[in-house]
Amino acid sequence: MEDKKSSHLIVRRILAWLAGLWQSLGVPLLAVLLALLIGAIILQISGASPVDAYSALFKGAFGSSKNLGRTLEKATPLIFSGLAVAFAFKAGLFNIGAQGQLLFGALASAFIGFAVKGLPPYIHIPLALFGGAAAGALYAAIPGALKTYTGAHEVITTIMLNYIAINITDYFADGPLKDTSPGNIVARTPAILDSAKIPSIQSIPIGFVLAILIAVGVWWLLWRTTIGFEIRTVGLNPSAARYAGMRVAFTVILTMVLSGFLAGMGGAIETQGVVGRYQPGFNTGLGFDGITIALLGKTHPLGVIPAALLVGAMKAGASQMQFSAGVAKEITDVIQALMLFFVAADMIVRWIFRIRSASEEKVILSGWAQGK
Amino acid sequence: MAENETLALEIRHVTKRFPGVLANDDVNFDLRRGEIHALLGENGAGKTTLMNIVYGLYSPDEGEFLINGKKVEIKGPHDAINYGIGMVHQHFMLVPVFTVTENMILGSEVTSGPSLDLNRARREIIELSEAHGLDVDPDALVEDIPVGVQQRVEILKALYRKARVLVLDEPTAVLTPQEAEDLFQVMHQLTDKGVSIIFITHKLKEVLNVADRITVMRRGRVVGHTTPKESTQSDLASMMVGRDVILQVEKGAAKPRNVVLEIAGLTVEDERSIASVKDVSLQVRSGEVLGIAGVQGNGQTELVEALTGLRAARGEVQLDGQKLPFENPRFGTEHGLAHIPEDRHKHGLVLPYSLADNLVLCTYYQKPFASNLQRNDRAVDRNAVELIERFDVRSPSQYVTAGTLSGGNQQKVIVARELSRPISLLVANQPTRGLDVGSIEYIHNEIISMRDLGVAVLLVSAELDEIMALSDRIAVMYRGEIVTVVDAGQATREKLGLWMAGLHPGNA
Repeated sequence: MEDKKSSHLIVRRILAWLAGLWQSLGVPLLAVLLALLIGAIILQISGASPVDAYSALFKGAFGSSKNLGRTLEKATPLIFSGLAVAFAFKAGLFNIGAQGQLLFGALASAFIGFAVKGLPPYIHIPLALFGGAAAGALYAAIPGALKTYTGAHEVITTIMLNYIAINITDYFADGPLKDTSPGNIVARTPAILDSAKIPSIQSIPIGFVLAILIAVGVWWLLWRTTIGFEIRTVGLNPSAARYAGMRVAFTVILTMVLSGFLAGMGGAIETQGVVGRYQPGFNTGLGFDGITIALLGKTHPLGVIPAALLVGAMKAGASQMQFSAGVAKEITDVIQALMLFFVAADMIVRWIFRIRSASEEKVILSGWAQGK
Repeated sequence: MAENETLALEIRHVTKRFPGVLANDDVNFDLRRGEIHALLGENGAGKTTLMNIVYGLYSPDEGEFLINGKKVEIKGPHDAINYGIGMVHQHFMLVPVFTVTENMILGSEVTSGPSLDLNRARREIIELSEAHGLDVDPDALVEDIPVGVQQRVEILKALYRKARVLVLDEPTAVLTPQEAEDLFQVMHQLTDKGVSIIFITHKLKEVLNVADRITVMRRGRVVGHTTPKESTQSDLASMMVGRDVILQVEKGAAKPRNVVLEIAGLTVEDERSIASVKDVSLQVRSGEVLGIAGVQGNGQTELVEALTGLRAARGEVQLDGQKLPFENPRFGTEHGLAHIPEDRHKHGLVLPYSLADNLVLCTYYQKPFASNLQRNDRAVDRNAVELIERFDVRSPSQYVTAGTLSGGNQQKVIVARELSRPISLLVANQPTRGLDVGSIEYIHNEIISMRDLGVAVLLVSAELDEIMALSDRIAVMYRGEIVTVVDAGQATREKLGLWMAGLHPGNA
């Protein structure tokens, strides 16, 4: 009897766990599915075969170990920018500025990469990496401080700071830090030294491994430390955080700084692992994609990884799709935008697939019963 | 005569399910024309859900409505208004910077051409208020008029929309005893004119005073019908709770000792430098309960927030002989101050957190819950299991989120957290607001046993009964000032009511 009861309990627990998993993963999965479906319709209308296009896309992303390596390479900075956005989100902050922080990270790491000479790789690589991360962190401290001390909303300030970052980094790449080697006419810094380059082992970029480790680290920070507890409390209920004696202002700035640290590190890895220098236009959109990825990953640090892999795969496979199926690779941007749309507007997905939200009725109730 | 026999409103077999909860289970309810029908029940009994269904805010899973004997479907508040149902919510839905007239016509504006015809509206409102004996100044700004009058505006608003059925949700929660008496008079005047009233409350005394009939709900079901003539307070209480209830708190005489909390010249100003607490001086001794009586909004909230570090203030506050700094809640936590906050959803709990996390909300960084910034989940868990057991929190486990618990159990979580660490001062603000009788009983007993252990207790409550039941001394607060401090033995409801309205003891 006892046995039967306990096994029954285990089955119920597993079912509850699966239900919880479906609750959290259902919408993103279905959003991806819907986006691919609509993408297929668009392909059909424009006269291409969706099957050919998607299979080319898939092959381009996963078809060979070289392609897989490219997917991982594309996903790497996206994991960082996704983590940056997701992390800030946990404190209730919407960091639209990952792009700007990433640019400063990329530029700073390039500078350390080419200007600091005579270091062995095991010092030069981390120095450039953390230098880039620190640059992103400092840049993100600005909106954090503005929010705390003046109440300026971080969405507005980070959007503005993105423009400022684009122009400042452009200026450096075309001015003080310009590559002066003979024959160069474009705006770019000199190439970084070999001692600052992050290598790949077989086709797996070391940067990707680092990204995974950092994602786990972010998860650990958020759920296993008192700082994470403070960040999450501030995000969920700042009034209760104050009641509990937490330093809300400090936590907001700290969260922005750490978020910028992640974005900056993403930029640094892109510089040291892929581009090899700072060149305007090479990092475009990586920070903005972080928003898609964070939302697709349900703003969970571990959810960011598959989301970034998905978007990375689409980026990696797009050229092959264009080449062998004759489809403009911009279709992947359309699909990506649709995914973001459906995740953000998850009511639509819930409505189409009749998923009942656990909080739906309660939201009405609490909005009502509290009435303030 | 035949018309009088039809029911103003009839609810048949209404069932409403929320995920995991049966909020209304086959509920039947009827309202005769011109009667006051009290709907009595603990929090979470399903009263408000039922009324939200009537007002069209929720759609029922099963069941039907009849208005004046005709079957109707109510799809939204708009339908409800069209069928002559008006609702006065617990929290008023008025725009403070608008005049009474402007508030009244909001949503059903009187127009001539493209512009508002405020004059016509104004005349209509004067006629209406005279017809029903509801005295209001149509040109006064809502923010300038007392709460009791604001409520009258809400009632007039419903009547202006031709309501024949009026739902009053906990209408006396914000009123002084005298204002409540006025309200009851107004209610009787309305029923004389054929308006029918559903009176939602959990206050037994009021039900017995004003209702014609009483329906009691418990756990989503109607558990009984009665009338004031046939029942007593304790009958109603046991019907509500489902068991016998002791309405009086049993407590011995207080044995006050040294002064624990010393407040001298405390002033709290808001952003516009308007003082909400004016030069307040009070002492609370170890082993006594000092109750602060007062109508809501007379500076009690600000006083408590200043003491507990949530609000900037001027003056001197000493806790156990040590200067208590303002705007530093953690100092209080670390020096023996416990705080049961007024708003448990805003300050007291993080609703999406588990009970375990909520139970260490203030001490999460201390040993054994953390060391070197790293959390010790085992210790957090163990603490939760122990406190859930000790404070009788009804919950499937320590992992469920606080948001899924009933109000009473949520409050028990806060009480467990605050009273489980070594304390010398307990500041409890509205500790039983919105709770069921069983939980109130429990929390009252906890407060008294804290007192008997030598804790100094500062109790703030808008419920006079609560103040009188628990306090050893009573301070009355009016417009930010302490009107008087008396021994509980010398206080009567009438005297307190007058002081709460601002009359000084010398003049009363």
